[in-house]
Amino acid sequence: MTVGAWDAFSLIIQRELRLSFRRPEQLSQPLMFFVIVTTLFPLGLSVQLSLLRDMAPGVLWVAALLSSLLSLDSLFKSDADDGTLEQLALSGQSLAVIVVAKTCAHWLVTGLPLVVISPLVAIALNIPPGAFAVMMLSLCLGTLTLSWLGAIGAGLTIGLRRGNVLVSLVVLPLAMPLLIFGAGATDRAIADISAAGALYFLAALCVFTGTLAPFATTAALRITLE
Amino acid sequence: MNDATQGLGVEKVHVWRGERHVLRGVSLRLDPAELLHISGPNGTGKTTLLRVITGLLRPEQGAVTWRGHPIQTARSDYQSDFAYGAHEPALKADLTALENLRFSVGLKRKVSRAVLTAALERTGVGACADLPTRVLSAGQRRRVTMARILAMQAPLWLLDEPFANLDAQGSVLVSELLQSHVLGGGLALVVAHHELTLTCGVRRLELNA
Repeated sequence: MTVGAWDAFSLIIQRELRLSFRRPEQLSQPLMFFVIVTTLFPLGLSVQLSLLRDMAPGVLWVAALLSSLLSLDSLFKSDADDGTLEQLALSGQSLAVIVVAKTCAHWLVTGLPLVVISPLVAIALNIPPGAFAVMMLSLCLGTLTLSWLGAIGAGLTIGLRRGNVLVSLVVLPLAMPLLIFGAGATDRAIADISAAGALYFLAALCVFTGTLAPFATTAALRITLE
Repeated sequence: MNDATQGLGVEKVHVWRGERHVLRGVSLRLDPAELLHISGPNGTGKTTLLRVITGLLRPEQGAVTWRGHPIQTARSDYQSDFAYGAHEPALKADLTALENLRFSVGLKRKVSRAVLTAALERTGVGACADLPTRVLSAGQRRRVTMARILAMQAPLWLLDEPFANLDAQGSVLVSELLQSHVLGGGLALVVAHHELTLTCGVRRLELNA
């Protein structure tokens, strides 16, 4: 009669997705933010295509970083406020499985749409279509890593009333390698050089954070639940 | 197996919250087919005691045992043996009553839709099953949480103020549910301010400041 970890995982994913789709504005806001910030740059800079192209990877990645921070607040906070987090922690399932499921669901509704929409933004930034594949792959790995890092920050700041700024201060320094290698990969793809090295590094970061972040987040949640 | 290993035991539990010594050596025993009513003025640690028993809060001293084993040793087995009704309803406003139950009970045990609807019918909110809990009244939400407790089919019930927000009929309903749970061999630990009027045996534990 007991529920296995895999069933629990898929149940939580279903629950999170359903909750997100009942609140479409929460889903679309970070995405709109990403689109607007990235399109502001071409408007603000002088109309020099070469300059725009040089800056594009950095702009794209900084916007992606900031937009993913916007949605982090909702990762555990609402569950902690209404007592759901307690029920989850007492459900007989390992808290780590719950954290992994919630983080994956968070990526599915915030990171993945950003990756999908990125070619549109890339056109505005004058990134050549030949670099789209690398850019999307790097954003895919990068946003997932950000979700893992963000889970730690969100877990640590649940108890704080105005935790949002603190989350940024905790997460952004950890995200610097992502920015360097993510923008680097896109840069190389634009220059038509192999971006494999940077992509491997991003993948390694993703695996590294994906293995350790659930445990760190679980520990943070346990402290909050006391 | 003697009956000391059947139920819940709390031994000389001490909890400090910062500078405050909230629980000072609380001990209790709860055996099958028993109900323990915990009462006391506000701020005497009733909810804290309940949280210690669930394992959410580790006591500075003392131990909690379930069926003879400390609760930390087989945490997930212990967790599937109890249903905890906290003071907060823990319902998602955007999900319907039925979905709320499906996602919370479903983590503890495999349940069919029929069991969940039956539980909602039993607590008198069957008609609200497909409404988002946002539109329910506080009393109706409390009834949904009671349906969740029922559907978990756990031997041990830990309830924090289950009568809050309920009308007269609702209070009678909760009393009936508690009674049939206890008469069926279940264990129940209830934190409540007002008197419990049950025909089955109720023991009382009064916490004082």
